[in-house]
Amino acid sequence: MTKKIKAAIIGPGNIGMDLMFKLMRSELIEVDTVAGIIPESEGLALAREHGINASSEGINAILGNKEIKIVFDATGAKPHLKHAPLLKQDGKIAIDLTPASVGPYCVPAVTVAEQLDQVNVNMVTCAGQATVPIVYAINEAADVKYSEIVATISSRSAGPGTRQNIDEFTETTATAVMNVGGADKAKAIIILNPAEPPIMMRNTVYCKVANPNEEAIIEAISNRVKKIQKYVPGYRLKVPPIIDGDKVTTVIEVEGEGAYLPKYSGNLDIITAAAVAFAEEMARKLLNEQQSGR
Amino acid sequence: MAKKIRIIDSTLRDGMHAVSHQFTPDDMAEIAAGLDEAGIDTIEVSHGDGLGGSSYNYGFAAASDEDYLKAVSQALKNAKLDVLLLPGIGIAHDLEMAAKYGVKVARIATHCTEADIGEQHIKIAKELGMEAIGFLMMSHMIPAVKLVEQAKLFESYGADAVYITDSAGAMLPLDVKERLEAVKTAISVPLGFHGHNSMGLAIGNTLTAIEAGADYVDGTARGLGAGSGNSQTEILVAVLAKAGYETGVDLYKIMDVAEDIVAPKMRRPQTVDKAALSIGYAGVYGSFLLHSMRAAEKFKVDVRDILIEMGRLKTVGGQEDMIVDVAYELSRRA
Repeated sequence: MTKKIKAAIIGPGNIGMDLMFKLMRSELIEVDTVAGIIPESEGLALAREHGINASSEGINAILGNKEIKIVFDATGAKPHLKHAPLLKQDGKIAIDLTPASVGPYCVPAVTVAEQLDQVNVNMVTCAGQATVPIVYAINEAADVKYSEIVATISSRSAGPGTRQNIDEFTETTATAVMNVGGADKAKAIIILNPAEPPIMMRNTVYCKVANPNEEAIIEAISNRVKKIQKYVPGYRLKVPPIIDGDKVTTVIEVEGEGAYLPKYSGNLDIITAAAVAFAEEMARKLLNEQQSGR
Repeated sequence: MAKKIRIIDSTLRDGMHAVSHQFTPDDMAEIAAGLDEAGIDTIEVSHGDGLGGSSYNYGFAAASDEDYLKAVSQALKNAKLDVLLLPGIGIAHDLEMAAKYGVKVARIATHCTEADIGEQHIKIAKELGMEAIGFLMMSHMIPAVKLVEQAKLFESYGADAVYITDSAGAMLPLDVKERLEAVKTAISVPLGFHGHNSMGLAIGNTLTAIEAGADYVDGTARGLGAGSGNSQTEILVAVLAKAGYETGVDLYKIMDVAEDIVAPKMRRPQTVDKAALSIGYAGVYGSFLLHSMRAAEKFKVDVRDILIEMGRLKTVGGQEDMIVDVAYELSRRA
């Protein structure tokens, strides 16, 4: 591979920095610019230390730079609503890590192939990334009538954005469990636990199914878990599927990679890892197009 | 003049735990009419885990939140109708629905360190014209100085009152005194206390809370509630009368509601059995009781071991899903 696809990150907070460190290892993507709005931001300083362009001009630092093909937006829902049309106009692919939900929900363990034509995808929520693939697997094997997910995350890893609008988190997650996971109905619950040392992210998935075929369910889940583990190594089934009549219960734990963020931040890790996994597929496609001269 | 104490009766919310959320709307209407007639100021109605609580995780209720509120709203003459909402479980839409049924009070319940997840809901309740009360659960888990910070957060969001909630029934009278006194001097809105009886201290702790400055206290008829249950409203009314406080509740009538209407609808005696006592001793969420008893049976482990382990893991309210996980791990260790 001679050349990498250039990308930019808007929002140099925890999510933005975690993305930056993950992308620094990528063989397909090179981070060209990290943009924020606060000149003295620690994140921008960190980007500069690693030889990456850092700007406090916000999205203006990126718009017009034709080299940049992929833009990760790790700001907030409101800024992204402004950024989305600007990025589209500028011919950039937006990977939205905010709850803005401009583009379709993207869960790489389920949706990659059909979303490579999109110009904006939304990474749902951390709980969505952790649970939607499992619901999808159970739905394939057993037809999910109702699904309920309970995400428990450490208080320390829930930022002010999540806290001020916790309804957005539960509603977005439930919608993705239906629209992407395939459940007919869904409910999402989030719990913050302040224990020290911080707990790892855990997710309980309950499904009411039409065909409780134990073997098929276990196999489907196990295949899907392997797919997720390719981009989230710390993802594991903590309690294997328990089948009780038409009710399936399984528990997933997500340990963060511990590269930039601490290991207990599995919730942040899974959403940035998913964004990178999708971006790399997109980059692979763009590189192929470039090579074939399109 | 005797100090007036406002009693919020939660038989139709916390009491739902004790019947696995199976009261029917008719049951609720009948109980609510009795409580209203007895002079109870405020009556709380919801799934045990608040609006939106009906779920696999907490147990499905016999009817929808809307059906319960509709039935009770028609039964009330004087009492204010109140709902509980736990951010992360219930959503703003649930409060909007409740407003349609004349709900006047919304209690927004968060874990004692997480008041900021309730800002959104306190504000929405206020916009809907409700009295909004911040409800700090599992308050035994943090020292008074930390509780003060969280109570002040709720006050800053516009809460009309703040509750210190002993969800586990783990506090001793001195714990109550220390926390209530500290919060009382730090906030200018009324202060409330919600106790549980895991260690047999619900009434005593409630009295201590009032002496330390509480203006509002919770009770349930027959003590019906999560785990060991709550302060028993009829006892509370009698005790407060003897202690010289004014509640506005008719003692004979509240006794009759408890004995003649609530007691026949109970599914199990509300006692401090070994599991309920373990909840107080371990300091875990009261509603873990029935879930732990079921898991203990399914995985053939001692219910006390589950509860003590839940305490060691510092679980918080709402983590019922962790019970299966813990029971499963214990069964593999055995």
